[in-house]
Amino acid sequence: MTLLDKLLQLLVAVAVFAAVMGVVLLVADRARGRRTDLVSGLAFVAPAVLLLVIGLLYPASRTAAQSFLDASSANFVGLDNYIRIFTQPDLVIVLRNTLLWVVIAPILSTAIGLVYAVLVDRTRFEAFAKALIFLPMAISLVGASIIWKFVYAYRPNQQNIQQIGLVNQVLVWLGFEPVNFILAEPWNNLLLIVVIIWIQAGFAMTLLSAAIKAIPSDIIEAARLDGVGGVRLFFYITLPSIRPAVVVVITAISIAVLKVFDIVRTMTGGQFGTSVVANEFYLQSFRLSDLGMGSALAMILFVLVVPIVIYNVRQMRKVDAR
Amino acid sequence: MPAPKSGSILRRPSRGTALISAALGLSLVLAGCGGSNVAGGGGGNPAASSQDCAPFAQYGDLSGTRVTIYTSIVSPEDQPHIDSYRPFEECTGAQIVYEGSKEFEAQLPVRVQGGSPPDIAYVPQPGLLNTLVTQNPGAVKPAPQAVVANVDQYYSETFKAAGSVDGTLYGAPLGSNVKSYVWYSPQEFTEKGYAVPQTWDEMVTLSNRIVADGGKPWCAGIGSGDATGWPLTDWLEDVMLRENGPEVYDQWVSHAIPFNDPRVVRALDRVGSILKNPDFVNGGLGDVASIATTTFQDGGLPILDGTCYMHRQANFYAANFPEGTDISENGQAFAFELPSINQGGQQTILVGSEFVAAFSDRPEVQAFQAYLSSPEWANAKARAGSDLGQSGWISANTGLDPNNLSNPIDRLSAEILQDQNNTFRFDGSDLMPAAVGSASFWRGMTDWITGQSTTDSLNYIEQSWPGSS
Repeated sequence: MTLLDKLLQLLVAVAVFAAVMGVVLLVADRARGRRTDLVSGLAFVAPAVLLLVIGLLYPASRTAAQSFLDASSANFVGLDNYIRIFTQPDLVIVLRNTLLWVVIAPILSTAIGLVYAVLVDRTRFEAFAKALIFLPMAISLVGASIIWKFVYAYRPNQQNIQQIGLVNQVLVWLGFEPVNFILAEPWNNLLLIVVIIWIQAGFAMTLLSAAIKAIPSDIIEAARLDGVGGVRLFFYITLPSIRPAVVVVITAISIAVLKVFDIVRTMTGGQFGTSVVANEFYLQSFRLSDLGMGSALAMILFVLVVPIVIYNVRQMRKVDAR
Repeated sequence: MPAPKSGSILRRPSRGTALISAALGLSLVLAGCGGSNVAGGGGGNPAASSQDCAPFAQYGDLSGTRVTIYTSIVSPEDQPHIDSYRPFEECTGAQIVYEGSKEFEAQLPVRVQGGSPPDIAYVPQPGLLNTLVTQNPGAVKPAPQAVVANVDQYYSETFKAAGSVDGTLYGAPLGSNVKSYVWYSPQEFTEKGYAVPQTWDEMVTLSNRIVADGGKPWCAGIGSGDATGWPLTDWLEDVMLRENGPEVYDQWVSHAIPFNDPRVVRALDRVGSILKNPDFVNGGLGDVASIATTTFQDGGLPILDGTCYMHRQANFYAANFPEGTDISENGQAFAFELPSINQGGQQTILVGSEFVAAFSDRPEVQAFQAYLSSPEWANAKARAGSDLGQSGWISANTGLDPNNLSNPIDRLSAEILQDQNNTFRFDGSDLMPAAVGSASFWRGMTDWITGQSTTDSLNYIEQSWPGSS
């Protein structure tokens, strides 16, 4: 694409925006009489609602319908796709892995972020220490996966062969045999989960650190006067005070983890028993052209995310209300 | 016109301004729609070219038309393609718009179902072509008469059949691959006194001799992202062909015999006698399981270090050796045909190819299809690649003059494809339904190399065959 093409596209995009705004303003302007506010309100909301219907509601309902159809979306197969997901051995592994991710990743990232936030709170190196753990957040999941692929990289213990993986080089220095980590089922799932923990711990730390700083200092002072300190201060004062923030962090990470696709695709492509629902959904829909199965997997993802989102929204309201 | 309410921050635009901006926007949208990435400097006046336009007279004057192409061939391999369209563009006046994407296989069905297919797509697997034809009736246009005539004249039956669905030709072959190759280092072989094996038994004897000399004869890598496992499907297909002959191979590919037939078990065990033999693999790369985690691009590189001696991979592997590697009969790397197993049997070559599928039957599209299936194009493409110093591209078009290929391995491959004494069979996994050919076959082979038994692996693939469970 030439620069001219790009500029033209930019111009087109701006023009579309101007056109839509022009129409909206025109409609809002025509409103007369007592219902002016209602009409102009509708005029402003309508484009957003329209886009939501086209871009979200319609595809979602189509996906739901397709999940009951066969691979070519021609014949009705009822619950066949769902039954296969819960009975076919390699798809059951996919469900197991997704469960592993959702249980381990949010809890560990939040725990690490929380402990880190407490430890560096009000120390002299706080800013530097925070930057250190926050930096990985700036890296894309694909980039992070490639970095960690090198960390786990394996070369045989043989003459003329140099280790290129960090972990295996350390093992060789310590006198152990190098290990082909990516292959070790089911532990390789944990090695993949490490990547998202590495990224999300910074996010957890940032939010939780802010929450800790928001604890009124008189509460802490009162606790100290009562002789509470160290670990007990953490469990009796800090943790209960920031509970809503912890819940928000855990749920936010859970949603990110349910959608995880980039890491698995980049590091193993779902091989060696590491596939997760989001990856399998892509594979089935676009690689194998099995739209029914792909849709069913997408629906499962949807069903899993919804309660977390609802819970998250309610918690955020609580946090805001305080 | 009511006066603006007091207190409103923005002045409301007059109705006229709003109307004008709306109209302006719409017209700009309409004007701005269109493709990008215009290939070559074509589209000019047909008379103004230096090209000998005689062979293009049959296509007529196509000035002002454009043909869009969508393919998985991306930089740097796309340049000779784009260059090879220039004669067509200059002589007919048509404009070819080239778009390459690494996500082609996933995106093409989406574009077809979404009603915005390209004019022409280069489909790398017959299985995908078959899916496109059967799942979207009417979307893929049957090949025009000129293309059928070219394919009949210049291509062997195997290639025509692979581009056909239910007896109708949909795609003419474009580029092709010779898959039955074993890469080795002629320099290393000469130094150690090894000879290129002529039979399977000689190859095993040579492997044992290399082990006795303290080396690891074979190296392999099957890692390829979410396509991990495909190089092993080629291994099994090659051995199936050599052990059981083309007829049984065809039955296996079309599922006339089950995927886990005892003959397939025997063939896979023979592959295992090399690849699952810890003494034989994995030269310079680790133990047997390291085959699964080594990328296929890295799989054969130890040949250059002398830590490995043989690597079975297609002709396109030439592109994976570092720039400056001497790939020739006496150089650092070259390839020999994977030898036959049964003495006296015909040599069967496993081949692959991509196919030109058209989603439009406008005259300029059909003319371009005809050009792509002609010897003129095959030779133009070969010259364009040679001019850029690229190797790894060949065509099964018998009208291709091997002298237009600059690289010895390309010339050898082209000669193999044109040798009337060879029997060809198309890559089986590419012919099988996607649920097998690009899913369970790959996964089954990956599990097999990491320790699963032959029977379990083949049973797993068999039960995934659509409609067999």
